[in-house]
Amino acid sequence: MSTQLVEADVLQSTLAEALSRGGEFAEVFVEDRTTSSAMLDQRRVEELSSGRDRGAGIRVVIGETTGFAHTADLSEKGLHAAAQAAAAVARAGGGGVRKVALDVLRANPSTALTEPGEVSKSKKIELLLQADDVARSEGSSITQVQVAIGDSTRRFVVANSEGVYASDHQVRTRFNVSCVATGDTGMQTGYRPVAGTRGFELLSREVVEEAARGAARQAITKLDARPAPSGDLPVVLASGSGGILFHEACGHGLEADAIMKDASVYAGKVGQQVASSLVTLVDDGTVSGEWGYLAIDDEGHQSSRNVLIENGVLTDYMWDYLRARKDGRVSANGRRQSYQYLPMVRMTNTYLLEGESDADEIVAQTPYGVYVAQLGGGQVNTATGDFVFGMTAAFLIENGKITAPLRDCNLIGNGPEILKRVDAVGRDFSMMPGTCGKDGQSVPVGCGQATMRLSGITIGGAAA
Amino acid sequence: MSALLEQADRLLESAKGDEEVEIYVSSGVETEVKAYQGAIENLSSASSSGVGVRVLRDGPSGAKVGTAWAGSLDDESVREALREARDNVRFASEDEYVAFARPDGVDPMSLTLRDESVLTTPLDEKIAIAIELERRVRSGDSRIRQVDSANYSDFVAEAAIVSTAGIRASYSRSGAFLSVEAIASDGRDDQTGWGLSVGRAPRDLDLEQASSDAISRATRMLGAVKPSSMKCTAVFEPRTAATLLSIIGGALSGDAVVRGRSFFANRIGEMVASPLFSLLDDPTDERHFAASSHDGEGLACRRNLLIEDGQLRAFVYDTYSARRAGTASTGSALRGGIAGSPSAGCRALQLAPGSEDQATILKNVGYGVFVQSLMGVHSGVNPISGDFSVGVTGLMIRDGQLAEPVRELTVASTLQRMLLDLSHVGNDVEWLPGSAAGQTLAIEEIAVSGA
Repeated sequence: MSTQLVEADVLQSTLAEALSRGGEFAEVFVEDRTTSSAMLDQRRVEELSSGRDRGAGIRVVIGETTGFAHTADLSEKGLHAAAQAAAAVARAGGGGVRKVALDVLRANPSTALTEPGEVSKSKKIELLLQADDVARSEGSSITQVQVAIGDSTRRFVVANSEGVYASDHQVRTRFNVSCVATGDTGMQTGYRPVAGTRGFELLSREVVEEAARGAARQAITKLDARPAPSGDLPVVLASGSGGILFHEACGHGLEADAIMKDASVYAGKVGQQVASSLVTLVDDGTVSGEWGYLAIDDEGHQSSRNVLIENGVLTDYMWDYLRARKDGRVSANGRRQSYQYLPMVRMTNTYLLEGESDADEIVAQTPYGVYVAQLGGGQVNTATGDFVFGMTAAFLIENGKITAPLRDCNLIGNGPEILKRVDAVGRDFSMMPGTCGKDGQSVPVGCGQATMRLSGITIGGAAA
Repeated sequence: MSALLEQADRLLESAKGDEEVEIYVSSGVETEVKAYQGAIENLSSASSSGVGVRVLRDGPSGAKVGTAWAGSLDDESVREALREARDNVRFASEDEYVAFARPDGVDPMSLTLRDESVLTTPLDEKIAIAIELERRVRSGDSRIRQVDSANYSDFVAEAAIVSTAGIRASYSRSGAFLSVEAIASDGRDDQTGWGLSVGRAPRDLDLEQASSDAISRATRMLGAVKPSSMKCTAVFEPRTAATLLSIIGGALSGDAVVRGRSFFANRIGEMVASPLFSLLDDPTDERHFAASSHDGEGLACRRNLLIEDGQLRAFVYDTYSARRAGTASTGSALRGGIAGSPSAGCRALQLAPGSEDQATILKNVGYGVFVQSLMGVHSGVNPISGDFSVGVTGLMIRDGQLAEPVRELTVASTLQRMLLDLSHVGNDVEWLPGSAAGQTLAIEEIAVSGA
């Protein structure tokens, strides 16, 4: 792999080509991504797969219109052809010759301690088998264990007609364990993901074993689960995965694309109290090692820590470059799934700052409700604010104690209403990895929070 | 003969060694236009191609397989993929059921799934369609205050699969879509509605249908309230019913069955659903948007009856899951593009139509919840345990008719119960994008959770 994906003079000539029919802004994004994965199912190493994808995405902006094309051909000829295709949107033509001067390259090195390529495939398989052993040793009711490991190395360089010229080298590693337990009541599932913007050092023996044990115990516990209740109840969200609540309840609604189109319930509310005063919400691409960590975003801008809600007051939205430029703001949230996609406003690591309550006290002070130990994802309609998130491990709280396990279900609420119902936040902060989907593009994100309570939210269970 | 198939032949020829090799190549072109406020917001055009390589090696206790892929078809990328696949195979476990598909004597149907006019329609016409879609929605009703997205997109895709086991297949399809999201407002709150239209070519698209759907779905939700929690009948309209059918299709995958991840396992011959429920996976039906002549291993797609009058008849299999189950492939390998390996799954589900239209079903149901859209399907449905809980927007059904709109509720049950509690199947089949067509379905005893 050469150190330079495409030489600077080729990037400059491609940008000039992209602007040749008129247009105020052009960008070339060149990416080279290698991935590898392995899966173990019922102790059989079923599949090792490796892949490589290289190409460039080129966009041209004229007024409110963006033209985009991508190509896997990284020769000067291939890049110029893609630049012309992207420029086809400039229908008036006649831009003339514009020279583009790039800044000095800002290159960000990999932060991985052990690069994926330095780890033998047999070492990865050892971890898969180790996780399988641990999961099965949790009980004979574990009937199915699937373990997957994967890594990706994503190198990109981005250059634009305003001189931005930056590159990054992102290494991500993931490991997950899925278990099925079978009992008289049928089958139940347990799942634990481990993921970080890190190299193989992420996967210590302890981390792998803990994931396997957690997934197996979750499945076994749920064999005794009863249908979750329905209706409005207090809910305590365990440290970590509860961050998905904020991702859905307000994260997407604070993305500038929804705001600019007035398609978010949070449009026009900067400076207003939108949440309980216990809520200080941050989006932070700089948290090293986390799944949503970035040195620079996919438009070449330095990642940053942005306070979105401070003590319940809305302070800012998240921005990509085109929208930030229009509004005189700084952008750090322009992300894309790959060179084949246009960048969009996306979250990075989104988390709630710690509060002052004790996690055990929060449960003890809840006479009746639901304790959610793990969440599995969610969805939001930013225009109405209605959102759901799913619980994949949960228990009843009775008389301040965690009691019977509950079957999986969704919780549903309206963002602006639910944010006001945060009535306790603990001190046991942790983060969880997730995959965020928006308009057909998936990107890795982190979510985090300490144990917290909502005074009420609708539990979508099947029990009366 | 297609140029892509010739290319696959050449790659296979150059790859031959002392092991079995399968080459999957795909290529496609696509266009996407997003319109906003009467102008183009984004215009994307792209062509892409790639290769997926699988290498299989026999051993004393079975065969093992290694895979690799590349997002381009240049020689260096293909060589690198082949090298990686050969390296990967060394680390896989031997498995007596692992094998490549072999020709099984079933001839592929000759299907017309590609319309060249996707390629010949001028870009300006495609742009005009998107702009007109946005205009119609924006001007169609004074309560529409915003059109969040109005998109036209199309593609032509082609794939070829060849292997040293004798597989040699190529197939091609095209598609064109409209999708639009409207935001309606009554001054107090906002509601959204989606409209869509799908076909093989731009001329198949129904601008009127897509725009009026988006408008009516958004405006009829205005004033929605949260209902009380209760148990009642839920009526799923065709789009939400199709989502339900695809989830059920997942549990009918032979792959889920042999891996102990399906609640249908060991239940062939049992009544698993209401006698009204007959489910077919038929990729050879050209009306289905997901129709295909070949599966992801290059075998001919065929018609598979899975549930007949409520009785579980069969699962869908690819080569691996079929061997593990002691049967033959049903031509049902799915493949998630160049990076995916084949795995058994339903491709083109359809439910045998009932006799009633939607209005008759509503009349017969009398009281219940009409489910217009679903939220959180990936987070609230567990296809292994069958637990089902999804967020819903919709309308109440009172006196056999659609009544006030409702929001911020969930409907819950288990997939197993829902199949048995099915009480009406509509005759209003809609051919939708995705793996299932849909029609109106009524399901009793659903737990509605609200205020």
